[in-house]
Amino acid sequence: MERVGILRRPLLLMPLGAAVVGGIGFVELLMRAEEGRYNPHTVPNLMVGHAVPPFSVGAAPPGTGFSTADLQHLAKPVLVNFFASWCVPCHAEAPLLMQLKAEGVPIWGIDYADTEPALGRFLAADGNPFARLGGDPKGEAAIAWGISGVPESFLIDRSGIIRWHLGDPLSPAIVSAQLIPLVRKYG
Amino acid sequence: MIPELGNFALALACCIAATQAVLLLLGAQGREVRLMAMAPGLAFGQLIAIGASFAALAWSNAVSDFSVRNVAEFSQSQAPLFYKVTGTWGNHDGSILLWCLVLAICGAAVGAFGSNLPASLRARVIGVLGAVAAGFLLFALTASNPFTRIWPPPMQGQGMNPLLQDPALAIHPPILYLGYVGFSVPFAFAIAALLEGRIDAAWGRWVRPWALTSWCFLTAGIALGSWWAYYDLGWGGFWFWDPVENSSLLPWLTGTALIHSAIVVEKRESLKTWTVLLAIVTFSLSLSGTFLTRSGILNSVHAFAVAPTRGLFILALLGLVMVPSLLLFALRAPVLAPAGLFAVLSREGAIVLNNILLCSIAAVVFTGTLYPPFAALLAGEQLSVGAPFFNSTVLPLAVPLVLAMSIGPALSWKRAELFPAFLRLWWAALAAAAVGIVAALGWHGLAALGFAGAAWLILGALADIAQRIRLFRIRFSESFARLAGLPLGAIGAAVAHAGLGVTIAGIAGMTLASQRVVFLHPGQSTDFAGYRWTLQSLDRVPGPDFVSRVASLEASRNGRTVAVLHPADRKFPVQGTAVTDTAIRTNLLVDLYSALGNVRNGGAEVRLRYDPLAPWIWLGAVVMALGGGLSLADRRLRVGAPARRGARVPV
Repeated sequence: MERVGILRRPLLLMPLGAAVVGGIGFVELLMRAEEGRYNPHTVPNLMVGHAVPPFSVGAAPPGTGFSTADLQHLAKPVLVNFFASWCVPCHAEAPLLMQLKAEGVPIWGIDYADTEPALGRFLAADGNPFARLGGDPKGEAAIAWGISGVPESFLIDRSGIIRWHLGDPLSPAIVSAQLIPLVRKYG
Repeated sequence: MIPELGNFALALACCIAATQAVLLLLGAQGREVRLMAMAPGLAFGQLIAIGASFAALAWSNAVSDFSVRNVAEFSQSQAPLFYKVTGTWGNHDGSILLWCLVLAICGAAVGAFGSNLPASLRARVIGVLGAVAAGFLLFALTASNPFTRIWPPPMQGQGMNPLLQDPALAIHPPILYLGYVGFSVPFAFAIAALLEGRIDAAWGRWVRPWALTSWCFLTAGIALGSWWAYYDLGWGGFWFWDPVENSSLLPWLTGTALIHSAIVVEKRESLKTWTVLLAIVTFSLSLSGTFLTRSGILNSVHAFAVAPTRGLFILALLGLVMVPSLLLFALRAPVLAPAGLFAVLSREGAIVLNNILLCSIAAVVFTGTLYPPFAALLAGEQLSVGAPFFNSTVLPLAVPLVLAMSIGPALSWKRAELFPAFLRLWWAALAAAAVGIVAALGWHGLAALGFAGAAWLILGALADIAQRIRLFRIRFSESFARLAGLPLGAIGAAVAHAGLGVTIAGIAGMTLASQRVVFLHPGQSTDFAGYRWTLQSLDRVPGPDFVSRVASLEASRNGRTVAVLHPADRKFPVQGTAVTDTAIRTNLLVDLYSALGNVRNGGAEVRLRYDPLAPWIWLGAVVMALGGGLSLADRRLRVGAPARRGARVPV
């Protein structure tokens, strides 16, 4: 009755093997997703590794605006954060930005497609984590930087090269796994 | 109070499910008659408990009890009652609860209709279902409990996704789940058979109605989702090879293979190992469908948030189901010795070919769906796999499948001759070729291939029935009498095969579709697809929880009004979102399709489509499900006939 060929047993184990290998792959993907190293939804930003693009953002009280030249010779790496008062994930991200500010990371904010009164209310409610702040009401800077939505963040090293990009809200896991090591590396 | 009762009932259901698994599997192993006899009672008990729990959640939604976090996050008080209730399963936690409810219904159905099964097989099937249910109920209780309270309760809920406020979508998840979860029964039968160490013709006969029922629901569920995307979302297409769509297609493909290979087990006692593997794989794919969509690991238009923790939970659950069952398969499958041998050219051979092709298509879809995440994992590359890949890889596999679908039923079991099959089918082949040539001259090659395939399937199904009733070879009245006496299973198979033909005709028709986007002011008109389209008016209409803008668009031909369409968009202030309502006029041959785009300066952008044969895509799916239902009606009669109860276990 039981005629098991030498080849048959490994053959029957193959489905299990495939399932286990697939499962390990998915665990790894989920771990990476947790740390922000994998996100199926992000569009890769081609600016990483290149110099800050030519742009300038005007005053957005209390900020006075800044431009490419301001980001070229820095004392410390700067986190550039695109946000908007109408963006819910930006509100969610705000406490983390305040925490980064307290840890001494300079954050420069670009307020995307927004109005001054709305920005004022946003900063009053969530605090102002920004060392410098500019407004981009028409989205020209957003196009120059190649963002696909808000919030998005970039890390600029001391010589003005974009070293890191995140097309998502910051999370504590992403900050500790990716941002802080890079800030130290380029600091 | 009610939510706490629901929570308690959920915990109770989990306990009953665990009891079900332990007592019944141990009972069957030790041939404990009294333990095995508890199977139906435990299954019913679990259903009552989870039913009460689900009812409690539905009640909390219906009365807008915002102290329940789930209700506060996904509902709102102004929503119509119908959508408040259907909103119960419109979110993650609620849909997991629905999943558990359907699983319990499956278990109870085996308890209710399984009285002709040997006691040990029935106990094992219900025991395995209990084990699966216990896992998912534990998941519902711990990781996604819908009854969690929040304090203080908000005055108003955050509102449900306006897209979900649609009748088709309200019933889409339950029907799809009946299909997905229904495959848990063939899975449980497969595991039970591996535990028993034997599969015979009777096993094939028992497992087939369950597989067929799930297949019908899955067919209907997928069609409904596709119909919704076309008619309501205004995507202008019916299938996008989106990962979430693919993850429902995969179990459908292997499930289709399963309902065919189970016939071979029943009639010829062959393909046993393969059928068992298909049952396990189909249910595993149903589960992974849930995993893939819920974890957000794939980039999909269904836009689930990336939820790694939840994904790990579901993945662990998936592992708990798949690893033991596949291990059991590897260890026990050699025991299932095949009995019937058959020639390559035979009905069995055709079904093997069908299985190979269906599973190849499944493998191709699987690869295309999982390639992006695994490319990111192994090569660190971010890429996407789109429709061109799937179209160009699935088509070459679908062509021989369609070709074989009409020939297979014309072959006899065990060993067949080609010549009799040719005698039966020559006219269908000739007619299909003629259709193909006409279509190739009129349109393009792809449409011709589709129409020829459709004609081949529909006429092949007719030829099958004609042969069985000996049409034109005996007197017509005798043929008619034979038709009435035909087993429903044979009619069902022919109907289902013809149904696929109807769907293919619809898809071929859609390759001839045309579309145009125009900007019109009220009073202006445009000529498109042989019709004159006039924007008559553009109005603002307030609704209960939304404000809509409705256009009146007249389509006329030769000065005669054919249809007045009302495409609209609805803005929901609470959620801050907008929904487009497409307007479609169909005469079952052609869809005139319109959707409203941007409105500015008193004018509106309208998207017009002319979709020939579009409704046939879903009509075909309905016919397929109907065919499945017909064979099912036949099965049930035959399943009841030979009472084999207690044949091996004296009561």
